[in-house]
Amino acid sequence: MVSYLVLLLLVLGVAAYFVGRSRAVASVGGEVSRLHSLPGQHGLFLAMIAAGPALLAVLIWRIATPGIEDSIVQSRFAAELAEFGVPQLQAFLRDARAIAFGGIVSFPDETKEAAAVVFRSLHQTSIWLITAVALILAAGGSFFGYSRIAPAYRARHVVERVVKWFLILCSMIAILTTIGIVLSLIFESILFFSEIPIFNFLFGLHWSPQSAFTGAGGDAGDVNTEIFGAVPLLAGTLLITFIAMLIAAPVGLMAAIYLSDYATQRVRAVAKPVLEILAGIPTVVYGFFAALTVAPFFRGVGESIGLDVASESALAAGVVMGIMIIPFVSSLSDDVINAVPQSLRDGSAGLGATRSETIRRVVLPAALPGIVSALLLAVSRAVGETMIVVMAAGLAANLTFNPLEAVTTVTVQIVTLLVGDQEFDSAKTRAAFALGLLLFVITLALNVIALRVVQKYREQYD
Amino acid sequence: MNMLTEAGVEQQLADQGNTPAIKMRGKGVTVHYGDKQALFGVDLDVPEKQVTALIGPSGCGKSTFLRCLNRMNDTIPICRVGGDITLDGEDIYDPKIDVVELRARVGMVFQKPNPFPKSIYENIAYGPRIHGLTKNKAELDAVVESSLRKAALWDEVKDRLQEPGTGLSGGQQQRLCIARAIAVSPEVILMDEPCSALDPIATAKVEELIDELRQNYTIVIVTHSMQQAARVSQRTAMFHLGYLVEEGATDKMFTNPDDKRTQDYITGRFG
Repeated sequence: MVSYLVLLLLVLGVAAYFVGRSRAVASVGGEVSRLHSLPGQHGLFLAMIAAGPALLAVLIWRIATPGIEDSIVQSRFAAELAEFGVPQLQAFLRDARAIAFGGIVSFPDETKEAAAVVFRSLHQTSIWLITAVALILAAGGSFFGYSRIAPAYRARHVVERVVKWFLILCSMIAILTTIGIVLSLIFESILFFSEIPIFNFLFGLHWSPQSAFTGAGGDAGDVNTEIFGAVPLLAGTLLITFIAMLIAAPVGLMAAIYLSDYATQRVRAVAKPVLEILAGIPTVVYGFFAALTVAPFFRGVGESIGLDVASESALAAGVVMGIMIIPFVSSLSDDVINAVPQSLRDGSAGLGATRSETIRRVVLPAALPGIVSALLLAVSRAVGETMIVVMAAGLAANLTFNPLEAVTTVTVQIVTLLVGDQEFDSAKTRAAFALGLLLFVITLALNVIALRVVQKYREQYD
Repeated sequence: MNMLTEAGVEQQLADQGNTPAIKMRGKGVTVHYGDKQALFGVDLDVPEKQVTALIGPSGCGKSTFLRCLNRMNDTIPICRVGGDITLDGEDIYDPKIDVVELRARVGMVFQKPNPFPKSIYENIAYGPRIHGLTKNKAELDAVVESSLRKAALWDEVKDRLQEPGTGLSGGQQQRLCIARAIAVSPEVILMDEPCSALDPIATAKVEELIDELRQNYTIVIVTHSMQQAARVSQRTAMFHLGYLVEEGATDKMFTNPDDKRTQDYITGRFG
């Protein structure tokens, strides 16, 4: 019913566009140059004013009605619901809705049936209401807009203003989503920290929230606050990131230097996209590459020289992750190195410097801030990487800096905490939000530093 | 440098007036950029310790010829150079020639000042460092000071040698680039429109500097300014459409040129 209404409004909008156009042209007898705005702008104006308010009303109706319906039902059945807590109340409303509009009902009873009837009649009324409102708005808008179209009417200004607000709306969506995610992280973390002291979380050396019987699940009163120490996870994250950067930073940088200053155009045209394909490989593919090929290889090499290498090791995960982020480093650094003006290279060559001297002493110092920010972005990418570590480094939260042992990272633990059926009201699952917040703060700090460095770089020349 | 006797000075003056030694010589120089030919058999001699100006309308090949003189065109992959260019009688395009050494002997100053994003001191010290010209810090300091003095920049920057070279004014930056070129003790300095990005006052200073540098260095300068060519050069070569139209003493070129195109150009009738 409502979907037909929306479709009708869209058709009206399209029709209004053509009507507005032709009326604008007709109003000046075909001499378009006499119009203040282009015919198309008159058309857009009419389409917007005819369909826009009505569509907006439908959207608001869609968002607002469930809440209004719920509160009406609640007030009508206030007596029956008086003793219900929040979860039961939600279950009641969910079931009543399911009976009314179809769906899976867990425990039907008479009150719910009665509530369902109310829901259904409320819904019918609201649909008639919104249809009437939308049609009135559309009709009113159409007539108002149609009457305004005249040679001197400034349709362009109206259209431009609407476009501006539309763009603002789009950017708001991204911003609001971010804010929403951050707020949900913060609130869940606050709940978590009300059970687990923040000191225990940040500085505790022991991490095993999966061991539910020692107190992580069950009643909130029994929570063992000693098993939520994030230090082993941070240590594991740092260890793997360090190994990854040990591979990615030099290899990526050298590749960037080759591409920007040594490779011929033809080699560059082929090599750069090929290198960037590395970035397009799904991380899970790297993951089984790490688990099935690299980790056993390191294990074999370790055994042959008498070292005890775990079958899942930080080394294997770090090395593969390093290979994965090579294209980040090389592609970003290549852009930065290319941005160093050719005149500096010429100046250096004109003084008799060789190519490698020029790169070492002029180009790299000039590009250094940009390279640093590229490396920091690669680090934040490595810190956030999950799949490779799950598959190649294991799940054991060992507090170690030995790269040959199994370690785990913040992201991996978030995954394992939230895999499977979970209730989101235990310290165990809330720990995932606290870890997420921690990770967010770390990567945010890295990004801020990277941005600062880039800003400084921009000031340097020009 | 040994003390010049009066007779020696006279001898030198006579040399400059009559037949100065030829420092660089181009014979039948051709340049192709891909399929497009930019220079057609240019024969031009560059006399020692004089300023030779290359003039001509845009795209006439004068910068291309200049860049052939220290093989800066090598950095452009599609560029091919033909003919012979010699420095003190040695073919500079001989495979045995080390291009790094050549560029240390034939320095270059570019159109737009291009100081490195380093301190003023490091800008000058760059060349001596990469060529290992100095044994210790004191010698390097001395080279930096004398280069800046020769470029008439010392008094303006002596108190802020550690500040970035990019913070200087445009004219100071260009003199810094000249000082940087001088620091490696070149024999020839090539200048590609060195004043085109400068205001008239900075231009006057650089021109004055060029005139002084002539005592120690052979200078080839590309310029779009007829007045500049007349003011600073002893010899002028006129290029047009990739050909050398004519060359000769600057006085003669500007008062009584042989070729009508030269006359039209210097009087502003085309270009």
